[in-house]
Amino acid sequence: MLNYIIRRVLYALPILIGVNIITFSLFFVVNTPDDMARIHLGVKRVTPEAVVKWKQERGYDKPLLLNSSAPGTAKVTDTIFFDKSIKLFAFQFGLADDGRDIAYEIKTRMGPSLAIALPVFLLGLACYISFALMMAFFRATYLDFWGVVLCVAMMSISSLFYIIGGQYLLSKLWNLVPISGYGTGIMAAKFLILPVLVGVVSGIGSGARWYRTIFLEEIGKDYVRTARAKGLSEWRVMFKHVLQNAMIPILTGAVVVIPVLFMGSLITESFFGIPGLGSYTIDAINSQDFSVVRAMVFLGSVLYIVGLILTDISYTLVDPRIRLE
Amino acid sequence: MVFSFKPIILWTDALIAVLLLAGLVYGWTVLRHEHLRAPWKKVIRNTSGLVSMIVLTVFLVIGLLDTLHFRPAMEIQKNGERAYAVEVLSLLDLIVAPLRRHTEKTYSAPLSTHLFSKETIELADGRQVRTYPRLVYGGAHLKNPNQDRKSDIAKRGAFGLILALVFWCLAGSVLIGILARRRKIGLASCLKGVLRRQEEIPWNAALWTLLGLLLLAVPTIVLSLKYHIFGTDKVGQDVLYLALKSIRTGLVIGTLTTLVMLPFAVLLGIMAGYFQGWIDDIIQYVYTTLNSIPAVLLIAAAVLMTQVYMDSHPELFETASARADLRLLFLCLILGVTSWTGLCRLMRGESLKLREMEYIQAAQAFGVSDFRIIVRHILPNVMHIVLIAIVMDFSGLVLAEAVLSYVGVGVDPSMISFGTMINSARLEMAREPMVWWSLAAAFGFMFLLVLFANLFSDAVRDAFDPRVQTRAVRLQIFKKRLKPLEQETQP
Repeated sequence: MLNYIIRRVLYALPILIGVNIITFSLFFVVNTPDDMARIHLGVKRVTPEAVVKWKQERGYDKPLLLNSSAPGTAKVTDTIFFDKSIKLFAFQFGLADDGRDIAYEIKTRMGPSLAIALPVFLLGLACYISFALMMAFFRATYLDFWGVVLCVAMMSISSLFYIIGGQYLLSKLWNLVPISGYGTGIMAAKFLILPVLVGVVSGIGSGARWYRTIFLEEIGKDYVRTARAKGLSEWRVMFKHVLQNAMIPILTGAVVVIPVLFMGSLITESFFGIPGLGSYTIDAINSQDFSVVRAMVFLGSVLYIVGLILTDISYTLVDPRIRLE
Repeated sequence: MVFSFKPIILWTDALIAVLLLAGLVYGWTVLRHEHLRAPWKKVIRNTSGLVSMIVLTVFLVIGLLDTLHFRPAMEIQKNGERAYAVEVLSLLDLIVAPLRRHTEKTYSAPLSTHLFSKETIELADGRQVRTYPRLVYGGAHLKNPNQDRKSDIAKRGAFGLILALVFWCLAGSVLIGILARRRKIGLASCLKGVLRRQEEIPWNAALWTLLGLLLLAVPTIVLSLKYHIFGTDKVGQDVLYLALKSIRTGLVIGTLTTLVMLPFAVLLGIMAGYFQGWIDDIIQYVYTTLNSIPAVLLIAAAVLMTQVYMDSHPELFETASARADLRLLFLCLILGVTSWTGLCRLMRGESLKLREMEYIQAAQAFGVSDFRIIVRHILPNVMHIVLIAIVMDFSGLVLAEAVLSYVGVGVDPSMISFGTMINSARLEMAREPMVWWSLAAAFGFMFLLVLFANLFSDAVRDAFDPRVQTRAVRLQIFKKRLKPLEQETQP
């Protein structure tokens, strides 16, 4: 198993390099640092001196790939590519445009992001699976039919509507929870209720329907017929056999997102004013702070790959037939 | 005066034309082949399939009307040349010209006759009063708005409803007439057959859908001639007009994105599955890499970069709408890049399976070239997956547009879309009393579009995917005819 994990990590390296090359070419080749400087300083009435100064302050004045004027290894290391892209591998994200350390920001903002994303994920999973099991249990009845209709209707509603509607109903009309904001410690709970609720509800449509199809597919298999033929009750068939066997497809979709939870949700966090990574990213996008966006892209892909490896490991836990060699 | 104009073909217009042409060619091929026709017949016989098809056609017609762009001519200049307006209009703008021209000063509530905010007005005798000013167009025909407004709206609404019923009766009798003539039966028995659902195609559902659409549309048209039926937005534009214009943006995002990604996904996926070896490795590497970047961030990064590029090259665009249009196209491209990986993986898996089939091996033994095998033998057998993917992606993309526009990496702010509508309305959330109509209209239209797209994609999947069992389940419910157990287990 350890061998397998090491191999997977090594396999992840070329992928991360690929991600790096994509972001590097997006940020530095498509548009030169000069273009970026001009946009930042305002397109009109920008002096060449100001552009040079802007680039110097942020270290964009170096050559892109090869610094022929530098001695020795500095030929390669004293370039934008090395400075801005290779250093990401060591999780050295550098400074944001406002001069703050990106790594520090990420560390402090991870907590609030997780405080929302984790409950949404766990509660959501529990809700969707139980709704789906219920619909699969009562399959081919009106309960199932209207359940699916409700799911389709709910997944046709924009997620923005759930947020705005939730804020309007719970905060503005009923005054139950604050409309947005964040507190520390136990005080955070009252700020978290609404975003978590909205997060869970907005996913019910697609979530429950997705798991329902998984369960229905399992129910059509031969072992279920055998179980029924043995005389097991439908209840037992559903919860003992179908649920356990559906774990593989469930894990495939669920485990991969666990690490990405750290990234938080862009929309939710910015709507509810939560100082997490999602709102950090959205602020960076709006103020065109490219070093932050680049750092977040890299972090996101690292976490995604971690998620893929975790998924493979989790398979061995639920299915003894699978061994990672 | 002869109406003269200069036709403008924006990038997305051209691509939509290509898409339409491809659709027509596909439709023509389907009509000529019985085996291709069969699943589409299934879609039409499915009640929700037929209903959603009708509703989506309405959206499609609005979107297509909004795709024919031109620049209207202004008066002839001194040197004899004709100058054209800077603004690019579409056929839809012409049809709903009253809606476009009737702009008020700022917010006004749906069907109201006064502005939403108080202003200082100077009366005829020189006194100044702070009050809600009358709207320039909304309910301008009323002499005494406070008294007459409700009865006038009710009158016009009722007129619209009656008109809708008349249209419906006309359309229904035409349909029944055609059906009766084709079946060579009497009108009465044909009507009975339709209403009792004895026809193969659920014509009764089609008729009810038509009734629903007419009941919504005709009163809306009648009322919107004299009122702002969904109110006006911050700069006084009619919200109904904005919502109608948004439909095209949504449709473009939903369809062009798949069109853009389709060739890559299908070709690369099939190549990976068919050739295997190092080709497979490279293609898998490419899609894993793209997949591992969080989609929103990749889109954000790419859109930011195109924005910088466009800002630093303003000379490339003749008009503001050409600029907005190119940004829309880029958004489609980028969305396509992030979303092709799923289809590519499906294609790879399917062609891995297909290449082991006897008929492919036979073709290989006969010395048929790889290219020919892929085009002639593999491609037609994966097309149903492609079709399912296209219709399934559509609704997600329409929803994604709104979210991306909110994040600030969606369409150009000057382009009318559901996202920009929601975004600008959101800023007024805190206002007391709330300005809700813009949001409601955007969400309502988007909900209808996405809901029927979802229903349609379900119907298509049921018809095209041999594995899906949900259809059988659904039919059982509708027919309430549970077969005896023995019969079910028999092959």
